[in-house]
Amino acid sequence: MKQFTSLNGLVVPLDRSNVDTDAIIPKQFLKSIQRTGFGPNLFDAWRYLDEGQPGRDNAQRPLNPDFVLNQDRYQGAQILLARENFGCGSSREHAPWALDDYGICALIASSFADIFYNNCFKNGLLPIVLPAPVIDQLFQSVANQPGYRLAIDLVAQTVKTPEGAEYGFSVNEFHKYCLLNGLDEIGLTLRHADEIRAYETRRAQSEPWIFGVSA
Amino acid sequence: MNPLSLYEKLWQSHVVREEPDGTALLYIDRHLVHEVTSPQAFEGLRLASRGLWRRDSILATADHNTPTTQQTVIADPVSRLQVETLDDNCRRYGITEFPMGDHRQGIVHVIGPEQGATLPGMTVVCGDSHTSTHGAFAALAMGIGTSEVEHVLATQTLLTRKAKTMQVRVEGALPPGVTAKDVALAIIGDIGTAGGTGHAIEFAGSTIRGLSMEGRMTLCNMAIEAGARAGMVAVDDTTIRYLKGRPYAPKGSQWEAAVAYWRTLHSDEGVRFDKVVTLNSETIEPLVTWGTSPEMVVVVNGRVPDPALEPDDTRREGMERALRYMDLQPNMAISDIAIDKIFIGSCTNSRLEDLRAAAVILKGRKVAPNIKLALVVPGSGLVKEAAEQEGLDKIFVAAGFEWRNPGCSMCLGMNDDRLLSGERCASTSNRNFEGRQGAGGRTHLVSPQMAAAAAVAGHFVDVRTFLD
Ligand code: SF4
Repeated sequence: MKQFTSLNGLVVPLDRSNVDTDAIIPKQFLKSIQRTGFGPNLFDAWRYLDEGQPGRDNAQRPLNPDFVLNQDRYQGAQILLARENFGCGSSREHAPWALDDYGICALIASSFADIFYNNCFKNGLLPIVLPAPVIDQLFQSVANQPGYRLAIDLVAQTVKTPEGAEYGFSVNEFHKYCLLNGLDEIGLTLRHADEIRAYETRRAQSEPWIFGVSA
Repeated sequence: MNPLSLYEKLWQSHVVREEPDGTALLYIDRHLVHEVTSPQAFEGLRLASRGLWRRDSILATADHNTPTTQQTVIADPVSRLQVETLDDNCRRYGITEFPMGDHRQGIVHVIGPEQGATLPGMTVVCGDSHTSTHGAFAALAMGIGTSEVEHVLATQTLLTRKAKTMQVRVEGALPPGVTAKDVALAIIGDIGTAGGTGHAIEFAGSTIRGLSMEGRMTLCNMAIEAGARAGMVAVDDTTIRYLKGRPYAPKGSQWEAAVAYWRTLHSDEGVRFDKVVTLNSETIEPLVTWGTSPEMVVVVNGRVPDPALEPDDTRREGMERALRYMDLQPNMAISDIAIDKIFIGSCTNSRLEDLRAAAVILKGRKVAPNIKLALVVPGSGLVKEAAEQEGLDKIFVAAGFEWRNPGCSMCLGMNDDRLLSGERCASTSNRNFEGRQGAGGRTHLVSPQMAAAAAVAGHFVDVRTFLD
């Protein structure tokens, strides 16, 4: 997995609450059996004026000039600023894959939906929760200052603004450890294989009907 | 002993180990797999030369891309490849699959319970957010992402943290014309789509105890729309009666032992929940969503809300955007909204009871001329067969509906069933997001009988006027 330690990146603001994963990556792109290549279709329905289909050359499609991702000043953004309940809806991991493929490394919002929040960590993306008033302030700063960047430090768990403000954020120890080291969770879990087997032996005694049944 | 909630009981009985920071390795009993969220997980296993931990925990089916017409080969090559990839993976790893064409095939959340593959006391996962459905059986059922699907395939465990607990208590008798779907929408309208974030919801109270398993599944299905990590209902006679004799359910002396254990799966007297919400079901009316989030809900005899009255800026802008997308005016009567398409189906409302309820309304009536397409898509091949035995298919067809093969269908339009841009649909599914049923399509969520009544009227109408 990709590592994340710190980042000083350009911020792109997406000023909506309840952004769902259908909006992040629409369903027609879920037919892929690959993990990569979703970036050009990130926020497809908002980003383009026509309807996207897998396999179409996105470079030929009409862009929606009003959508933030299409504005010159936000090209190359690595941090997405959003509002409450970002990533709600479907559990599709294609959503973080698309954000990652596009180049987003961290997200800042006042809250995230649970499954999406988890899926971010599995893909080397850092979702950061900051209080709503801070988010308001950040939206204003981004709007007023072209080229607005934030400095994120995962070790110190801080976000620093160019004005010198510093906000702490929380992240659970395990997620932090995996992200800092780019670790594969399956490999980590398999170190406990014996414990899993011992657990199974116990359960097979108490609830035998769970095991070895097929229709 | 400390009183425990149902969630805590399920949690404690599945913890393999717990780290000091609260991250736990939770054992997974049942893993349901479908074609959309699994290919990259199997690919990951192969790349790391890892095998399956426990093959008999897995049940697979293709549902999202499958055609609902008589087509036996999927025309779209991208969809076809995804379904074939699942078939290949199941063959290669020896996984039980109900593939296209098998009469047990259907929506993953319909077939699990139908087969008895979902049992009380289990942990159930699937790479699909509506896995919460299975919580109706007092199971801890959670939607997971593809990396987690791979993790469960390889280790039979999920790395997760304990959720907070929330009780949603609904008391009272359900008035005629009001269904589990309306209860679900009423709860989401009340607590909001983020109201359950970080929580596992237990639905309790006399209304819930009075619901059939189908109704409880509808309710738990939409726990995710309330933002919850899981939804669940305690075991009672209704649960046990439903499970008896199902193919995967325990038999003989194991059945007796299982039932004795299952009867302990309820929250103990005096347990404290982190959050409690109560509703009186007698005040619930048939509901319709007007916007692009399931919390944007209003009674059928009500009006589209006016954003001008909303004091909060972000909320007001969200309402204005939703009204623009939905092409609705503030204050217009819900019953003045004309509809183009009707969809009865999805893991929320495609079980036999749902089809029966819609058929009651449609019997001897016809779909209005302005309806371009009215679809019924049973949740599984077995639901379809059972409905046909009762003659429900004939009622639907006589009314002007198309009687289709099982699958997710127009719930999300990954197959050919979808809304065209600008089309408006009365749908029994669970999500009314922008473009959910097709780019530019407009979705209004309703119960099956409300969808049937809307089909007959050509616009939304209070289903209670159809009941004598
Ligand atoms: S019916 Fe709809 S919500 Fe249910 S699993 Fe299929 S696509 Fe998802």
